Amino acid sequence: MSTVRERSGPRKVSRPPRAAPGRPGGRDGARPGSLWPYLLIAPAVLGMLYLLVYPLARAVLISFQDFRLRQLILGDADFVGLRNYRTLLGDPQFWEVVRRTFVFMAVNVAAIMVLSTLVALMAERLGRAARTVVLSSLVLVWAVPVVAATTVFQWLFHSEFGIVNETLTGLGLSSYEGYTWFAHGGTAFAIVVVLIVWQSVPFAAITLYSALVTVPAELYESARMDGAGGARVLRSVTFPLIRPIFMLVLSLEVIWTFKAFVQIWVMTCGGPGEATTILPVYAVQTALAGQRYDLGSAASMLTVLLMSGVLVLYFRQLFRQEGEQL
Amino acid sequence: MSTSRPSARRALRRLPLHAAAALTVVICLFPVYWMVTTAFKPSTDIQSYDPRLIPRAWTFDHFRRAVGADGFALFWRNSILVTLSAVLLALVVALGAAYAVARLRWRGRRQFVLAVFIAQMAPWESLIIPIYIISRDTGMLDRLPTLTLIYFMITLPFTVIVLRGFIAGIPPELEEAAQVDGCTRAGAFRKVAFPLLAPGLMATSLFGFITAWNEFTYANFLIIKQQDSRTLPVWLSSFQSTFGTDWGATMAASTLFALPALAIFLALQRHVAAGLASGGVKG
Repeated sequence: MSTVRERSGPRKVSRPPRAAPGRPGGRDGARPGSLWPYLLIAPAVLGMLYLLVYPLARAVLISFQDFRLRQLILGDADFVGLRNYRTLLGDPQFWEVVRRTFVFMAVNVAAIMVLSTLVALMAERLGRAARTVVLSSLVLVWAVPVVAATTVFQWLFHSEFGIVNETLTGLGLSSYEGYTWFAHGGTAFAIVVVLIVWQSVPFAAITLYSALVTVPAELYESARMDGAGGARVLRSVTFPLIRPIFMLVLSLEVIWTFKAFVQIWVMTCGGPGEATTILPVYAVQTALAGQRYDLGSAASMLTVLLMSGVLVLYFRQLFRQEGEQL
Repeated sequence: MSTSRPSARRALRRLPLHAAAALTVVICLFPVYWMVTTAFKPSTDIQSYDPRLIPRAWTFDHFRRAVGADGFALFWRNSILVTLSAVLLALVVALGAAYAVARLRWRGRRQFVLAVFIAQMAPWESLIIPIYIISRDTGMLDRLPTLTLIYFMITLPFTVIVLRGFIAGIPPELEEAAQVDGCTRAGAFRKVAFPLLAPGLMATSLFGFITAWNEFTYANFLIIKQQDSRTLPVWLSSFQSTFGTDWGATMAASTLFALPALAIFLALQRHVAAGLASGGVKG
């Protein structure tokens, strides 16, 4: 577990244990029963209640009602019990969206984790100058706003003047001349995946890299002296030590790809046809385009339900590491 | 082992490693490079079947067209206004909460921290529909303060988490000494701890700034009729339909939009890895 705490090594401010709140005999703690702490957190609590809990409760409510354009304007929505959920779960199209969401997530997360682990291992082995260049370019990618990156990818894969088509044609693949990437389901899906992987690898790679550098060099040396080869060292020394961080990044990436909305909405709006419609996109389309706010809410709530499973894993991992700070 | 031919063999052995590093850098940088160079290329070179990696001639025409586009100044102002007010609000509210969590003892502290961590992972993409309906019911559609409130809530949990760490890192003895010298508790915090907090406040507010600056979904769905209240990300996403096939101007607009975020990230590079990774924040 010590690797975990050392992870925050580069951070400038460390947390000396004596600053831990609630320590016995803390001269510093307010008198029990004092109102001050509650006044200090009141705005944050109110914010969370009104801007998170209330919308969530409202979404649950709408998902149990008959809520369409009429009810949006006039109010007085009727309760229909589980009808919306039954409609959704009985709709083969919905199951197709669920299936696509999981495929989308699996492909993205697998690519992100493999590539970022490779990049992190590579960065660790590089010399100082080369490593700075690699890490800086990763940070640069991380910083590109989603909408800007999405627009740039549309331009890269533009059918007529896009650099990708021109390069492929130049390499002799003449079938790519004027190829319309976004008109075909498979290729549109692939481009969204490439975009999301490109945007997500920097966070994962940098986090894994900062976990890797906390592995003590002596461990590697003694493993080598025991005659372990490179692959063996990786499997028996490196991976077990960075496993907690790896799992943390993995669960974060699962959640984030599950929520990938902006890239798809800006690039394809879920199309062509339905090829890139994943759950969040489906929910918004159902609600705002089809005026079925009830079905859209039900789909959103099912998304949250599916996601919360991963969230629980994430929090377990997080608190196992940071538990002592709570 | 490698005493016979050390350096040459070593260089050869490290060749694949350096090739992989070069490939990584190229893949990372090329889309950004292509965005910037397209923005500077003359239109005839953009719409050419023989693309050049390095522009032959440079032009500011596209930037002029992007900046001169309808409402650019207005959307820029809207974005700045919404972003700054959200970040300031989050900073003030988070400072109080972080202080209470890091320094005071009270019943419910653990639960509050847990709630903040959960709020950090809030499924904003799944709350679009209820928030749209609530805003509509309360007459808050098409208004910038709505976006301010939402961006405040999006950035608040992260700000609390990070500031808590910074405050806990300042020894309480410093404030106690000031209190002994006759300062009030609040005065001690303001005069002693606050200056030490400056770097933390700076870093968190800049990350909050980037989050709010880039936010697209709510700006897109809550600002519908009132075109004057739009923000830059929405403007950029609709740029192509407005400008047709003018990719030069579109890339110039993307560059202008990305520039503040890029500048902030590169300036904060040292904090990025450790600070953000622990908060579970995606830029």
